[in-house]
Amino acid sequence: MTELVAEAPVVEQTADAAYPYNNVVPGAVIGRWAEGSDPALVVAPDKLIALLTHLRDQESYDFLSSVTCVDYSAYAGKARAGIKERFDTVYHLYSTQKGGGHINLHVRVPEGDSVPSATSVYPGANLQECEVYDLYGIKFEGHPNLRRVLLWEGFNGYPMRKDWKEAYFEEENKPFKNRHPAEGYFWHEDKLPWGSNSTYPEGWDPESWQTPISYVPVSQAPEGLGYDSEKSNVGAVGELDTQSIVVNLGPHHPSTHGVFRMLARIEGETVLALEPEMGYLHRNHEKIGERNTWLMNMPFTDRLDYINSMSNNLGYALAIEKLANIEVPERANYIRIIMAELTRVVNHMWSIGFILNDLGALQTPALYAIEEREMILDLFEAVSGSRLMCNYMRFGGVVRDLPAGWLEKAKYMVDTRLPNVLDELDRLITGNEIMMARGRGVGYLSAKDLIALSVSGPMIRAAGVPYDIRKAQPYCIYDRFDFDIPTLPESDIFARYYIRLLEARESVKILKQALRDIPGGEFLSTRDKYTFRPTEGEAYVRVEAPKGELGFYVVSDNKANPYRYHVRAPSFINLNALGPMSVGYKIADAVVVLGAIDIVLGEVDR
Amino acid sequence: MFGTGLLKGLGITLKHALDTFADDRKHVPSRYQDSVKGGNGRRVIEQPITQEGLLTIQYPEERRLLPERFRYIPMLIWDTQANEDKCTACGICAKVCPPQCIWIVRDMDANGKPVARPAEFYIDAAVCMSCSFCVEFCPFDAIKMNHDFELAVYDRYPQLVYDKAELTVPVEYYAALWPTQWAAEEEAKRQKEAEDKAKAEAKAKADAEKAAKAASAAAAKPAPAAVEAKASAPGEAVASNGGVVVASADGGATDEAAAKKARLDELKRKAAETAKKRKDGGA
Repeated sequence: MTELVAEAPVVEQTADAAYPYNNVVPGAVIGRWAEGSDPALVVAPDKLIALLTHLRDQESYDFLSSVTCVDYSAYAGKARAGIKERFDTVYHLYSTQKGGGHINLHVRVPEGDSVPSATSVYPGANLQECEVYDLYGIKFEGHPNLRRVLLWEGFNGYPMRKDWKEAYFEEENKPFKNRHPAEGYFWHEDKLPWGSNSTYPEGWDPESWQTPISYVPVSQAPEGLGYDSEKSNVGAVGELDTQSIVVNLGPHHPSTHGVFRMLARIEGETVLALEPEMGYLHRNHEKIGERNTWLMNMPFTDRLDYINSMSNNLGYALAIEKLANIEVPERANYIRIIMAELTRVVNHMWSIGFILNDLGALQTPALYAIEEREMILDLFEAVSGSRLMCNYMRFGGVVRDLPAGWLEKAKYMVDTRLPNVLDELDRLITGNEIMMARGRGVGYLSAKDLIALSVSGPMIRAAGVPYDIRKAQPYCIYDRFDFDIPTLPESDIFARYYIRLLEARESVKILKQALRDIPGGEFLSTRDKYTFRPTEGEAYVRVEAPKGELGFYVVSDNKANPYRYHVRAPSFINLNALGPMSVGYKIADAVVVLGAIDIVLGEVDR
Repeated sequence: MFGTGLLKGLGITLKHALDTFADDRKHVPSRYQDSVKGGNGRRVIEQPITQEGLLTIQYPEERRLLPERFRYIPMLIWDTQANEDKCTACGICAKVCPPQCIWIVRDMDANGKPVARPAEFYIDAAVCMSCSFCVEFCPFDAIKMNHDFELAVYDRYPQLVYDKAELTVPVEYYAALWPTQWAAEEEAKRQKEAEDKAKAEAKAKADAEKAAKAASAAAAKPAPAAVEAKASAPGEAVASNGGVVVASADGGATDEAAAKKARLDELKRKAAETAKKRKDGGA
């Protein structure tokens, strides 16, 4: 799992030297945490940047997967350990070069203190640190653009803190007592939050407030990222004496795939800088998740990336299975992989269709791309009862066995229909003049920059990085299947389209093997268990979701509800690259750049 | 070559049109002729996995055949043989419900002692997320998922707060809607009964007497009218995807809605009183 043991010999026998990395960055690691589950190193705040730099440059931990925070103010385990700091910021680092497990770093932060920002080492910490600031109120020193991303500026308080209560708060944890006999019930209709329950931060005047555009930088030409200026055409309009303006794309615009806003600073039609503005669909999924019991979160994960509820279910189930040591029967593993790969095909077809939509080929090709999706959703519906909100996986397996005749249908789908339709899409799109003209060389960003920006999934494989969690750190039973990780070197819109087609073909390959080999037997090991208490500890599990790396970070304090539940959403974090990728191209290209990232707002905003 | 992309695109569109046409010609007069299931003049269509050409159907005149496991809003099962609710008001469904949209009041007998049967059972369909956890964890097979998905109403409150009468369906309706599941449950029940019988041979006589007494007492309770009406024609209800009784446009329905609203208002008032009492008592 983690490779915490430093290879270099310990120099001195001081307390300092008892921890790894202290021989290279003296005084960096000051303790250990969560020994029993997912061992973490506690890092001194002032040495964090030095340690991260060392890990990135010397140990090739080049990928900052997740930055998040835990409010330990109600955590019994921490009080027992005698630790006084209220918050921990948590970092999970991976290596895209050597694969394998993560390094888990905790930084203890007393209330009111700030932490050095990791953006100078990993620019990908940008949005994630904004999110932590937004939800926990922790300031990151040196962050270039620390702002509230999910909530608006007039939001009072930091909702993920344990002492923050939502409007019409009922109880800390579900199940709420008043749902059962002899207790009062509050009708939801009486709880509409309009009226007098709105509060604002101190000194805040909603009337005089205007959307700040000051956070859209003058230019995002990313020198700091080692940007290849020859590939971009920034400065093409430099001879004209023009003034840059900021325009809004969205929030209500068909190109934004949902309610999403892009603030673009443009000169002529050339984008100088572009800031994503999200949160319109924010419902504080993580707070809801902490009120829920462990099991109740399962249908909520459906609502993250609602195109791929099956892989969301899988990621969450794997995280809890790791935390609570639950076994999964053989048949369930096969069913899970079949579902996960079917949903990958669904997603990639959807994504290809909508790249075309963004290119101006309205609706018709998109409908051709999603025709097979309908049939796959029929298969999902037959097995789980719902087309989109599948809620199919459980801890220790899947909820129902495959119905009679399902495997034959799935085999026909995989053997006949899918190869045909993928070939048809290939014929239709790959050589198309408009696709080539609009896609080739547009939205370029180098592989190194993409990794630095924590971008994952098809995006980095379209930049030539053969990094896929199914191979790098196999979960479920992916190591048994024969498949390749397709890569393309171009890292432009066209490559991002084509890589999805290639990946869908690889998924078909996996599906054929899984449908051939699926054994009989049990499909669920924990029936009739609707509540349980995992032992104290934490786990971070990620899966290769169709949109990228989907991670679930969960902390248990041995209760029936998660103490901390965090979703590392690939759509959200891939948006780190939206600005840098759009800079220098025309504003019409920014629309396609967004389309090729392939976001779902349910997951971006959570 | 310039223009090939255009020609290819047009060619694929033409192929789709021809596929649809050919598929239509194969099934004169209708490509969905074989899947007509009848009932209320509506056609329920089952698309085979081999379907070529256009996949669209003409909703609402044509409908998809929903798979057995389709889940939407839960329904309560009325045991027509025993003439009683299968529900025992144990409250597990309310506990596992992720959005906490189920609310149960346990019934009481004449002496004010709680009995294992719900007096009130509400599901707020505006909040329900169709996860089917209540069905999964119900130990009495008393709550199942209905297939009826056309629940649009003009007001969310009180129309979408379903009460017990609206949620209750006879067990035959469930058996027709979920045949495979029903058969499996019956089989499991038979097996368990056979085991129990073998085990408790000696005590059988005393138990039988007791059971007979209980059954006759339960039979004395009349079934709700709506339930009986539905029990008479479960097949038709399935064909039209009909499930819970939703107020229709006639005058009687308006009265019904008003009566329901009054009932809910009364409950709300009671709940507020309880809450106030609790607050005052605590303070």
